[in-house]
Amino acid sequence: MKVEQISIFIENKSGRLAEITRILGDEGINIRALSLADTSDFGILRLIVNDAGRAKAALKERGFTVNKTEVVAVEVPDCPGGLSSILQTLDSQQINVEYMYAFVERCGGNAVIIFRFDEADKAISTLQANNFNVLQGERLYSM
Amino acid sequence: MYFNEEFETLPRQALEAIQLKRLRAVLERVYNNVPFYRNSFDMAGFRPADLKGLDDLQRLPFTTKQDMRDSYPYGLFAAPMDEIVRIHASSGTTGKPTVVGYTGSDVNMWAELMARSFVSAGAHKGDIVHNAYGYGLFTGGLGAHYGAERLGASVIPMSGGNTKKQIMIMQDFGSTVLTCTPSYSLFMAEAAREEGIDFRDLKLRVGIFGAEPWSEAMRAEIEAKLNLSAVDIYGLSEIMGPGVAIECCEAKCGLHIWEDHFIPEIIDPVSGRRLAEGERGELVITTITKQGIPLIRYRTRDITSITYEPCICGRTHARITRMSGRSDDMLIIRGVNIFPSQIESVLVGIEGVEPHYLLIVERTDNLDTLEIQVEVDEQLFSDEIKVLQKLSKRIEKEIKDILGVTCSAKLVEPKTIQRSEGKAKRVIDNRKS
Repeated sequence: MKVEQISIFIENKSGRLAEITRILGDEGINIRALSLADTSDFGILRLIVNDAGRAKAALKERGFTVNKTEVVAVEVPDCPGGLSSILQTLDSQQINVEYMYAFVERCGGNAVIIFRFDEADKAISTLQANNFNVLQGERLYSM
Repeated sequence: MYFNEEFETLPRQALEAIQLKRLRAVLERVYNNVPFYRNSFDMAGFRPADLKGLDDLQRLPFTTKQDMRDSYPYGLFAAPMDEIVRIHASSGTTGKPTVVGYTGSDVNMWAELMARSFVSAGAHKGDIVHNAYGYGLFTGGLGAHYGAERLGASVIPMSGGNTKKQIMIMQDFGSTVLTCTPSYSLFMAEAAREEGIDFRDLKLRVGIFGAEPWSEAMRAEIEAKLNLSAVDIYGLSEIMGPGVAIECCEAKCGLHIWEDHFIPEIIDPVSGRRLAEGERGELVITTITKQGIPLIRYRTRDITSITYEPCICGRTHARITRMSGRSDDMLIIRGVNIFPSQIESVLVGIEGVEPHYLLIVERTDNLDTLEIQVEVDEQLFSDEIKVLQKLSKRIEKEIKDILGVTCSAKLVEPKTIQRSEGKAKRVIDNRKS
């Protein structure tokens, strides 16, 4: 039920993001979703791509520090209150969100939220028990 | 095992008697032949005849690398050019090279000391020495070469580079002793592995590595990957070349400095005051047998300490500890003296942190600031910001706790900091005072 995400360490220097996207483009890797977290000195780029293994290898080869982590993708109706209902459910079970980001599905009209939890398994079972649609990785990679 | 048992095991008193006799002769020599020394001795109010004991050495001024540059190329030579049979020079990465000349007796003495060094490392007559130190102006190649010949070993004069051929020769010729820089030994082992050759299957038994700083951890790695006994050798072209000091294979604990030819002192690099046994400071060497270019109290800039404790190998010559940095690297940050090597040892103590770092010193509003750049590799990296911030806070705290200086740790991408090849730049000091 989990989704593979790669994260890349980048210094705050001009051109690094362009470099990463160029490498992935040259490898024919498609980016499904992304988020960039930044501090004054460095940033962490998190990506869901159609081939995490190949993306990681390509970036590592060019000297980037890359990690693969597992995150949880949840589908919610793209309407007011959609995200709120998920967060309330998680809160009621005292599940902590480390970070999250969202994107809207190209067709179908739903939004997808990517979550990083401390307790991923507990989060997944809670969400499923409350009828939220937790997405399979394959579905997301090929969206 | 010794190459020259009599001299390597001289009782302290006899050793010092020889030192005094030779020191007197060399002071006469430079006073009479080198205007630079005549001037500096006169300015210090010292005549060679004033030398009563070894302690009087402290009355003499230091010789620095700058003095050698000012005398470029032949100004410090104490022998006429028709007695100079060899000329070497240091790399000159920070200016004009420093030029040194050897008379026939100097080359002879060097070969003897290198032969002693080979035996100290565990080599013997009959060994096949694969010499991958560079041949040329650099002293490494020829220094090791002549020493191995003096020992009676068979020398393969490979010089550096052409790694594939190096590996083939070592395999086919059955090399038993390897001489090169420690990093090159690991590079060769790695390259061999890619060719499907395991260095542990070669006949190598002894490795003599120097010309760049290396650590105990690196020794363990080399010994495991190459299946040999690795020792550290020290030297510098100004004094002679390789073989000024070497570890013994019995103890591998400090490098015996050949005291019948060199008088070592450890000084405080700032005050110039001589330090006691065991205290860490800058190594100063006086050559007492060299003819071509004898140097009096030469400041090596290398940071070490010295011990006169007896060694299990039986050699009576003092031992210096592994070089832990260069005095020209010493930083004074808000009044605190710090060597980059001290910061390195703090970083290495933090799990996962690689010893690739860069120190950047600035002065803002009359206050010194120190930034430590540390590379983030896969082991350290996390997809969570707070984990990385915790890491930089931890580095800052440990530096503060251990060294007493406030710094800011900055995480940078891997391979962005220059790799150590003996002269890695560890410090950028932007203060203009």
